[in-house]
This record gives sequence, structure tokens and C-alpha cells, in this order.
Amino acid sequence: MTEPLISFRSVSKSYGAVRALDGASFSIEAGEVVALVGDNGAGKSTLVKVMSGTVVPDTAEITVEGKPVKIHHPNDAAQLGIATVYQDLALCNNLDVVANLFLGREHHKGSLIDELAMERETIDLLAELAVKPRSLRVPIGSLSGGQRQSVAIARCLLGNPKMIILDEPTAALGLAQKQQVVELIRRLKARGLAVVLISHNLAEIFAVADRIEVLRLGRNVGSFPGDSKYTDDVVAAITGARITSSEAVA
Amino acid sequence: MTTQTVNDTALPGAAAEEAGGLRDKLRLLMRGDSASHVGVTQVLVGLAAIWIVFSLLNPNFVSPTNLTNLALQIVAVATMSIGVVLVLLIGEIDLSVGSVSGLAATVMAALNVKQGMPAFVAIGLALLCGLVVGLIHGTIIATFGVPSFVVTLAGLIGWQGLQLLIFDYTGAMNLGDPKVLALTDTFFQPWAGLVATVVIALAMGLVTRRRRARRRELGLGNRSAAFDVVRLVAFAIVVAVLILVFGINRGIPLSVLIVVGLVVLMDFIARRTLFGRRIYAVGGDAQAAERVGTNVKRVTIQIFVLASFFAALGGVLSASRLMSVSQSAGGGEVLLDAIAGVVIGGTSLFGGRGSVWSALLGALVIGSISNGMDLLALRSPVKLMITGAVLVAAVIFDAVMRRRQSR
Ligand SMILES: Nc1ncnc2c1ncn2[C@@H]1O[C@H](COP(=O)(O)OP(=O)(O)OP(=O)(O)O)[C@@H](O)[C@H]1O
Ligand SMILES: [Mg+2]
Repeated sequence: MTEPLISFRSVSKSYGAVRALDGASFSIEAGEVVALVGDNGAGKSTLVKVMSGTVVPDTAEITVEGKPVKIHHPNDAAQLGIATVYQDLALCNNLDVVANLFLGREHHKGSLIDELAMERETIDLLAELAVKPRSLRVPIGSLSGGQRQSVAIARCLLGNPKMIILDEPTAALGLAQKQQVVELIRRLKARGLAVVLISHNLAEIFAVADRIEVLRLGRNVGSFPGDSKYTDDVVAAITGARITSSEAVA
Repeated sequence: MTTQTVNDTALPGAAAEEAGGLRDKLRLLMRGDSASHVGVTQVLVGLAAIWIVFSLLNPNFVSPTNLTNLALQIVAVATMSIGVVLVLLIGEIDLSVGSVSGLAATVMAALNVKQGMPAFVAIGLALLCGLVVGLIHGTIIATFGVPSFVVTLAGLIGWQGLQLLIFDYTGAMNLGDPKVLALTDTFFQPWAGLVATVVIALAMGLVTRRRRARRRELGLGNRSAAFDVVRLVAFAIVVAVLILVFGINRGIPLSVLIVVGLVVLMDFIARRTLFGRRIYAVGGDAQAAERVGTNVKRVTIQIFVLASFFAALGGVLSASRLMSVSQSAGGGEVLLDAIAGVVIGGTSLFGGRGSVWSALLGALVIGSISNGMDLLALRSPVKLMITGAVLVAAVIFDAVMRRRQSR
């Protein structure tokens, strides 16, 4: 077995009496898409926050490419090549695609923004990801949800991350737009990126994930290949009960 | 004034739209699509309508003398409005700009007239006073997270109090220092303006050429060169006509050059610099801006400092034109005009959308209405009601545009 790209072991985090994470583990390899599933309150968001540095765990052993590291701050995570696309996207709706893509890391000469270089890079990056916004120069608020999501994902690629965490990337999208995002995730994988996908939508998970990790009450309770023949097992692991229905209850 | 330059600001952003036909371009212009590109066309159409109505009612309205007067009348409010645009862009409001302008005028007059300080020192200290006031507002708003509405409302009252306090010691002040009066009483010969216009147009042509070359180098594609040439020539012609109109009367007013220069500078900063990008980002979504590393508090403080600075400068220009400072300087309609003008000019009250040019455009609209009604000798109750109606119309327009855009 090869060394995982990034691994988190024995991660625990308590909020007062609530053990949000109780010795949970997670590891991922380059070019792998791992879905993180679990019922409400299972600890998915908390684990993601630990990975992205916004929550400091009580205990955790973290290694990146075999080397032990510490993540105490979002900047630590960014430096280690971990990027997170939050559910609320953090885009500025009044700014255009180019401005949003480079928000906070604009190309500049002195204090002048180099708009043309940014536009060139935007065109290249979006073409590579097969994202086709209606226009690069309209306010991003006027684009569709799927396109906004795509821009948010493309934006975190600019930092050249090794691993991308997507928190419910399709929650607010229609069917066609969900498909766009799923395609985009495939392309991220093809680029050799490790993708962590948080989702409540099993259909989409089976469509794109290589592996499914199930959390329950802060612990790992199952790990399954991303194949829809394991649907029942995944659902059973999520709910903690042996059931036969293949409905997504998570 | 400089109509074509305004159009100018609406176009560079059309970069990616260039493939689109004329119709798309027109639509882009009409909608004022991206954040920094206000729908300039509507404002210009409105302005044209106002001018036509007033010149039909009183032909003197479009006489060179009256147009020069109009230009001089709007300089102070337009200057203050630049600061208001910046504050609105970050999604805040500054209700103190009137009071601060009055305070700055009072400080300048007291130092110059009563203390006998040289004009430049008195003006410099008055502007410094504006900077300090803005620093106080901005720091309170950013540190305590209190609504700017309340803080600057307190400023509105408080700084007026300070102004009255100063008057307790000085009494009304007439400005006699020629250096102070020169700010609004200096006029340049038309030929100098025409030469400058040619030079500026050539410089713009060079910049455009370099930009086109760079776009080609980067493989970004260019719109047809004829378009750029026509635009530049149109710009030069419009400016030349303005200069000739000023020339028939007293010449090109220095104060108009000052305010146009400031608008061009601040518009450039807002659209092309990192600081400007932060301003739009904070106004668009302060949390998103914060997450990508913008220091929202610092931007807020900087903007309020700028707002009070421009307010103070407006106060100084106003005092210079009126040749005196009274207890009521900066009171009355000054605040309303400064804010209403900006909104009429197309900057959104809801943050993140607008252009510095709306300061000048809006002041021009409000100034034209006020000037025209004066020519018709309308009574001030009627003037107030009409100005109010225009403001409401502009705000409704803003809200409707916003709804259309969010669809
Ligand atoms: N900041 C907090 N303070 C207190 N308790 C918290 C906090 N954050 C999470 N918890 C608790 O930790 C547990 C795990 O929460 P978490 O948000 O990680 O679950 P989740 O798997 O993301 O659930 P969901 O599917 O609802 O998003 C829950 O019981 C939750 O109430
Ligand atoms: Mg969650």
C-alpha cells in the first residue's frame, strides 16, 4: 500500500459534554475522491473544520506525505495544500468572474491590478475545467448557482492545493447544475487532486466517489467502495441499523 | 460636462463582451452591468431631459454665463459627493458630510481671518481637521461595529455644535484673502485648455494602443480599432465644446478642474487598484472579503477618513465661492444634495455598486434642477418638493435595477 497523501488519525473534539469527534480517522490519496457521509450531527462538519484549520482538535495525529504536521489556523491548512470551498461560497456577487476568481490574490504591479493577465489566466483555467460562464465580465450574482459553485471551486485551485474539501457543493442546485458540478469533480480528480466531498445525496456520491467513509456519533463506522451496489450497507452504517431500503436517509 | 469621459468609464470592462454585437454593447451600457459601471445612459438621458425642459422655459438656462455659474455652483457638492460614493460603495452611509464641510470652512476662516494664518496653512489645517473627524467616525464604526448611520448622525449634530462654538468666539467671517478666493475665482484661457485636451487625448490614445497590444500579446482579442478612435475623437470634441462654452464667459474655472481631476483620480483608484478592489469587495460581501484576507475594519476606517476629507474640501471650496462663512455653513440642503446626487447618479444605496463619476453626474442633475428653478424664480417650498420627488424616483430606479439584476 502506498503512503496516503494526507492522513488524520485519532481526531477527537469535544464541545463541553458533546463529543463531536471521538477518535475519528480519515486519509486520502492523490487523485482520489472520498465522500464523507453521516447523519445530522455525525461530526462531518467538525472533521472538515479540523482539516481546514478553523477548529483546533483536542487530539489528532496529522501527516502530510508521511510527515507529521500541525494545523492550528486556516493559513496552516492553506500552506499544506488543503483548500476548502464552503457552502456559502464566499463570493462577492457584485464583482465579475475574473475579480472573484482572484479575490485576495490579484495579480498586480505595485498597487495597480493587472486585469489583463488575470483575464488570460481565468480563460485558461475555466477552459481546462470546462466551465463556461455566460460572460467573464458580468456580476457573478447574475450567473446560475452551478456556475457560481464552479467559479468558487476554480478559485481554490489558484492556490495549487493538493486536497480540496467541498462542503455540500450541490445542496442548492437543480439537476442539470448538479451534473455540472459532478463533472467538475471528475476533472479535479483527473488533475491528480484529492477531493473530499461532503454530501447528503447518495446518488451523486456513487456517481463520483472512489470511497465512502461513514461517520456516526464522531466515530468511523464503515468504509465502502464508491459503487452503488453498496447502497444498502452505506445506509445501514449511517443509520446504525440493518435496513433493506435503498432510500437515502442521511 | 465631459459626457464622453463618462461613457469612457463604462466601456473598458466590456472586455469579454467584445465578441457581442452593437446591441449587446448597448444593452451593457443600459444595464450598467458590472459593479463599477453604473447605467450612465439613463442619467445622461435624464439630464438631457432636464436641460431641454429648462431651456424651453427659460432660454437663458443654456447661456454660457449660466452654464459657467452652474458649474461653479455644483463644485462643492460634487466634491463632497466623491466621499459619499466611497462610503456607499462599502455599504455604509455618512450623514455628517454637511456638518463636516461646515466645520472645515469655519476652521479655515477662523485661522485665516481671525488668526491671520496664511491661506495654505489655514486650508491645510481645515483639511487635516476633516481627516481627524473621519478617523474618529471610522474607528468608532469599525471597532465597535456600530451602524455608520448612528455614528455619523451623532457626527452631524456634534460637529455642528463645534462649529457654533467656534462662532461664539469669532462671529460671522468674511473671507478677503485673495489666495482663498482664488480657489474658485481663477479661470484659464480656452487655448490652454484646448492644448491640454489635445495632449490628454493623445496620451489616452497611446495608453489605448499599449493596452490593445498587450491584449493581442495575451491572445485576448480586441474590439475594432475604429471603435476606440471614434470614442477618443468624440471625447476630445465634447471636451473642446465645453472649453469653448466656458471660454465665451470667463474661461475654464480652476475649481471645476480640481473636482474633475479628483473624480478621475478616485475613479481610477476605485477601478484599477488593489485598494479599489477591496472597496467593492467589502461592499459586495464583507464576510467573503474578510475570508480572502481583506482587513474590513481598516478599509472602513480609510473610507470614512476619505469621506470626511472630501467633505472638508467641499466646505473650503464652498466658502471660497461664497466669500464668507456663516453659522449655517454646511447646513440645510447640503447633506441631502450630496447624498441624493450620488444616488441619482447611479450609485446604489445597498453597497458594492456604483462609480465615482456618479458624484459629478448627480451633482450636475441636482444642480441643474436647482439652478433652473432659480431662473424660473420658483419658491423654495416648490423647489424642495421637486428635489425630493427626483430623489425618490432615483431610489426606486435603483431598487428596480437591483431586483432585475438578482434574477
Ligand atoms: N460550535 C459547536 N458548539 C457546540 N456543539 C457543537 C458545535 N459544533 C458542532 N457541535 C456538535 O457536535 C456534533 C457534531 O456536529 P457536526 O456539525 O460536525 O455534524 P454534521 O455531521 O456536520 O451534521 P450535519 O449533517 O447536520 O451538518 C453535533 O452534536 C453538534 O451539535
Ligand atoms: Mg454539517
